[in-house]
Amino acid sequence: MRFVQSLGASLLSLCRMIGSITLFIALALRWGLVPPFYGRQIVRQLIDIGYYSLPVVGLTTLFSGMVLALQSYTGFARFSAEDTVATVVVLSVTRELGPVLAGLMVAGRIGASIAAEIGTMRVTDQIDALDTLSTRPMQYLVGPRLIAGTICLPILVLIGDIIGVFGGYLVGVYRLGFNPSTYLSRTLEFLEFDDVLLGLIKAAIFGFIIALMGCYHGYHSGRGAEGVGKATTNAVVSASILILIANYTVTALFFG
Amino acid sequence: MSNKKTEPNKIDISNLYKQFGQNVVLNNFNLAIKNGESLCLIGTSGCGKSVALKCLIGLIHADSGSIKVDGQETLGQSRSEHENLLNRFGMTFQFGALFDSLPIWENVTFRLRQKEKLNRKIAREIAGDIIDQLGLAPRVLDLYPAELSGGMQKRAAIARAIADKPEILLFDEPTSGLDPITSGVINDLILNSVKRLGATTLTISHDMASVRQIADKVAMIHHGSIIWCGPVADMHQTGIPEVDQFVNGRPYGPLTSTAPKIEKTAPSEIIN
Repeated sequence: MRFVQSLGASLLSLCRMIGSITLFIALALRWGLVPPFYGRQIVRQLIDIGYYSLPVVGLTTLFSGMVLALQSYTGFARFSAEDTVATVVVLSVTRELGPVLAGLMVAGRIGASIAAEIGTMRVTDQIDALDTLSTRPMQYLVGPRLIAGTICLPILVLIGDIIGVFGGYLVGVYRLGFNPSTYLSRTLEFLEFDDVLLGLIKAAIFGFIIALMGCYHGYHSGRGAEGVGKATTNAVVSASILILIANYTVTALFFG
Repeated sequence: MSNKKTEPNKIDISNLYKQFGQNVVLNNFNLAIKNGESLCLIGTSGCGKSVALKCLIGLIHADSGSIKVDGQETLGQSRSEHENLLNRFGMTFQFGALFDSLPIWENVTFRLRQKEKLNRKIAREIAGDIIDQLGLAPRVLDLYPAELSGGMQKRAAIARAIADKPEILLFDEPTSGLDPITSGVINDLILNSVKRLGATTLTISHDMASVRQIADKVAMIHHGSIIWCGPVADMHQTGIPEVDQFVNGRPYGPLTSTAPKIEKTAPSEIIN
């Protein structure tokens, strides 16, 4: 009996959370993406999310490209297909690794920071103060972050793709002994525009998810330092899980 | 027969009810404030003072009852009507609630800049004038809230609340956490600002010295209802035990039904 009760309570709580997130998304789209736009807030978020995430995304994709070249060489050498390493690196990085790794790294960095900032504003009454000053928090706080997240991630992923492919090139040429021009021609030979486009579409969706989860959990943060801490953790965990789910869904939609 | 009409109260709250889960916070809450009057709301911690204030300004939706401003019902207003109403209010929060990411001059002129699309130079000049009236040095303009002391933050919050000359001012514990001298200065600033603006004021305070200094009228809330409301001069002769205990700051009485037991503890128990 107790098991059924706890199962029911968990289900109700899940339904409540889904309803609450759906309502938040509806409000965010209704108010966050219509004028007035707060230009300075958007620029600030573009710098925070885009510019300051470049080092972490760059390093992640660089080393991922490098290790991918090594691992695929090890595998392909077993059936004499070493010359496909460059193609595998570029397709893996642009279609999959670039967007997912950048998304997860930015979720950790930016999702946490958005949730902590908005959560602190919630517990110190700054969000209420915005309301009393006739400013909609959805437009002033949530809108700029959603816009900046959706714009920045594709740009970060594009740069990350180039760095990741460059990492594969470094290992391919200087460690595995590929001819530089052969490696480059192999890299570009089978790469199609759609491969890059798919990665960028994924990145835009991931950017939206990261900003949305940061804003949602910060906005509904509990009282005190513990409440803000929990909001931060929930933002990162939920954004990461949703990124992985969205990644499969988008890939499946575009597959074939 | 006299044709003289009675002027409606500036704020008229009647039968307000608010419940969070099983916890009834406001129950049959009634309060009227006349135009230009300064009323202090007193009561023990957690008795519903801040909830009443937030219901008045629409930050919390009351479950039932009526809130009228200048005779106009505000409960159930549309968002745009509510925004017009908010423009008539200025509010300070218990801990200032200044925006951390903005310098003081932008905090002070936040609403002015949104409403009147002022350019940065003019807004900064206006902020300079306001903080000067509140006794803050010009260098404060470019500092961020975290760089100010508690007293300076309270002044900056008052500056933000009065910047666009609202008709109604709400102060949530404006002197909490301040030393008596700074509290006195803040009270003077509130008095002067209110007098200059001719604003109607509702202040929440636990500090009876502040209440005596700034209030025309005092109302005491207990168990979610107003149990007494009258002129500040009468608050010592209400004959209501709860008001008497609160006003005189007595630790034991009807608000704290039992005195805590202090048991003698043997030194060995303390060590172990």
